[in-house]
Amino acid sequence: MNSPPMLTVEGLSAWYGAARILYDLNFEVGRGEVVALMGRNGAGKSTTMKAVMGLIAQREGAVRFEGTDISRLRPFEIARLGLGFTPEDRRIFADLTVLENLDIGRQPPRQFPDGTPAPLWTPERLFALFPNLAEMPNRLGGRMSGGEQQMLTVARTLMGNPLLVLLDEPSEGVAPLIVEQMATTIVELKKTGLSILLSEQNIHFARLVADRVYVLEKGQIHWQGTMAQLAGNLDIQRAYLTV
Amino acid sequence: MTLDALLFQAINGLSSASGLFFIAVGLSLIFGVTRIINLAHGSLYMMGTYIAYSFATKIGGVIGFWGGILATAIIVGCIGALIEILLLRRIYRAPELFQLLATFALVLVFNDMTHWIWGSEDLLGPRAPGLAGSVELLGRRLPSYDLFLALAGPVVLLILHFTLKVTRFGRLIRAATQDREMVGALGVNQAVLFTSVFALGAALAGLGGALQVAREPATLATDLIALGDAFVVVVVGGMGSITGAYLAAVIIAEVKALCIGIGVVNFGGIAVNFSKFTLVAEFLVMAIVLIVRPYGLLGKPQGAVRSVAEPEEPIRAATPMLKLLAAVVLGLLLFLPVLAQSSPYLMILGIDVLIAVIFATSLHFIMGPGGMHSFGHAAYFGLGAYGAALLVKWLAAPMGIALAAAPLVALAGALLFGWFAVRLSGVYLAMLTLAFAQIVWAAVFQWEGFTGGSNGVIGVWPKPPFDQGWAFFLLTLALATIAVLLLRRFLFAPFGYAMRAGRDSPLRAEAIGIDVKRIHWLAFAIAGCICGVAGGLFAFAKGSISPESIHVGRSIDGLVMVLLGGIQTLTGPIVGASVFALLQDTIMRQTEYWRALLGAVILVLVLAFPSGIVGAFSNLWRRLRGPS
Repeated sequence: MNSPPMLTVEGLSAWYGAARILYDLNFEVGRGEVVALMGRNGAGKSTTMKAVMGLIAQREGAVRFEGTDISRLRPFEIARLGLGFTPEDRRIFADLTVLENLDIGRQPPRQFPDGTPAPLWTPERLFALFPNLAEMPNRLGGRMSGGEQQMLTVARTLMGNPLLVLLDEPSEGVAPLIVEQMATTIVELKKTGLSILLSEQNIHFARLVADRVYVLEKGQIHWQGTMAQLAGNLDIQRAYLTV
Repeated sequence: MTLDALLFQAINGLSSASGLFFIAVGLSLIFGVTRIINLAHGSLYMMGTYIAYSFATKIGGVIGFWGGILATAIIVGCIGALIEILLLRRIYRAPELFQLLATFALVLVFNDMTHWIWGSEDLLGPRAPGLAGSVELLGRRLPSYDLFLALAGPVVLLILHFTLKVTRFGRLIRAATQDREMVGALGVNQAVLFTSVFALGAALAGLGGALQVAREPATLATDLIALGDAFVVVVVGGMGSITGAYLAAVIIAEVKALCIGIGVVNFGGIAVNFSKFTLVAEFLVMAIVLIVRPYGLLGKPQGAVRSVAEPEEPIRAATPMLKLLAAVVLGLLLFLPVLAQSSPYLMILGIDVLIAVIFATSLHFIMGPGGMHSFGHAAYFGLGAYGAALLVKWLAAPMGIALAAAPLVALAGALLFGWFAVRLSGVYLAMLTLAFAQIVWAAVFQWEGFTGGSNGVIGVWPKPPFDQGWAFFLLTLALATIAVLLLRRFLFAPFGYAMRAGRDSPLRAEAIGIDVKRIHWLAFAIAGCICGVAGGLFAFAKGSISPESIHVGRSIDGLVMVLLGGIQTLTGPIVGASVFALLQDTIMRQTEYWRALLGAVILVLVLAFPSGIVGAFSNLWRRLRGPS
């Protein structure tokens, strides 16, 4: 990585009430990179994403996005800087149609700091990326299958023309066919120049898409390296990933 | 009654339905998006009538009347926006009940403000220019303005429906109603959205109030009446559903119209006047709907509110120091009669405070550890008070028996109402308890032959030696101490643990074998029973009881006391009740505008101590002792 990182996290800690969840996390995501946060259930992956997005009130540490300190900003301000978030529980607006859900995520076109325009997303382009959604533009969010909702969540976030997306467990609880499709989509998104921070338990999925990996356990980073290194390191996999 | 007459009443009912719809729809929209129950909504409606009155009389003519109605809607909308920006925005992260307290403070402030500007006389506006006449319908005359109102409701419903459906603003409202945090994470500025929704809701209330100007006089009692109506309509229709609000408004207005239309009917020689049942009918409809469809006719289970407030601290047993303090306070109170020899008022004040303490601790019992936010605790106070007073009135019962009967009557009521109430949770439970309290109030108010109607029951004086202020004070002190210790004992018994477990996680509690509904039902009954003691003491302390003293205002007073003290400590309600009762007694004697002053005090407290007085002190205490 020669260009400065898109997202830099230094000493990130977070609490739910009196319970401390994250301990001094340090990591970064470079431009155009797909980075995976890996770990078992409860390791702190989702909490990390929420803390970066400003959705956890009690947090400490520095979070810089394109050089701007976002650790004191509110979620909508963070989103408006070009940081997209797709939650693991999807949080589709059940009473809104597919098109209406997409419209809620709409934001003006955006540029990278060096002036190159970020990919501009429209419902038409998203329907090309997710053909399943194209078949049901007026279906209510609450009437969709888990996999369809997962696609809609990603599409809704892309409507904000983000520079970096926090993608929380895109493979969780969806059919194997959809998981494969999701992997293809992530690879395609990467080609458009999008950076992605992915949280994942499934190493087979991560191998298809990720460049680098941070392994979390009990709210701490225990290992970091390239995807290829992790794939070859069975000890780490056994210690922190396999159930 | 002929079919024509019935049909005529039905059409007439539609114009009332529009009125109810206007009151309720804004409340529903605001709640849907911000999750705040705006208790000041009725006040906005009331101010709408007053402002429109001023336009119609000061400017006059077509412009003054019709232009005035539009201007009123805009003005009240701006007031709503100001409320959101200046007050609510600071307390979105505070516990839900604090938000209620803050908006209730606004009710007090707005009522006195209106009083100050327009005076206490009822003000009847002019007739509507162009619609002053009436139309012939089914052989009767229907005012054309009523016909206009009957149409105005559906027209506004259509406009709102269209706005929500096709505009981006509408889509954002619908999305935020389901998951406002996610809307924020997608880059939408919630502050702007909340302000505009609040302004829209307020403007609708203002419009509704303004439209009444040619129909009903503007009066200072409108705020709480309108608020009660709005609650009923919103809950029956389903929170956040505007079509539901209209549907509910129509059903309620028609049931009322039917009651009036039927009039007096003879059932085998017993004349029953149905037109006197309107008050009860409204709340009966609500109770039935909530039991059959707990989320209202068109409502949905509320989307999870992802609370940003910190989880509540568990209740801790009193420290030795606190126990010592309590013993000292009790000792001082025992000596209060000696001090009172120079100022007899001290005894009256002391009795008032102690009754408030029983009332508030019993309410806290279900609100805090039980998590059931009752908006109708006055019902059990009233049942106790009337139970005792009526025994004295009709059976000349001795004071001991009457006082012992008070908690039993309240217990019976609490068992009945509680059985329904514990089936619901959150706002819906709050509204249902309010409805039950209104039923008790309406029954007492309308059943003149038995309860004395609005005059109440008088001559309920204590017998010697308790006719002496000091003796009655000591009796009250003894009962209050027993009540507080008993409730505390319940809380630290397995029953209390089960109750808190049921509050924090009903599913997990059930999974380990706790019958949550049954536990909460019992808790509700215990709280009601003990509250009845306060009611009985109150009747004897004042020598009388009237519907006024068991009205919704008393339920709200209880909430204020509990919240003032802080909900998660056991000393909270005691301190809160004492402070509130003292404030009320001292402020009330100082100024005509005590409501506004009390409201201002509450607002300051809410903004300064978001966890109550006791909570603030214990937080400070913990901070001083350093991090644990």
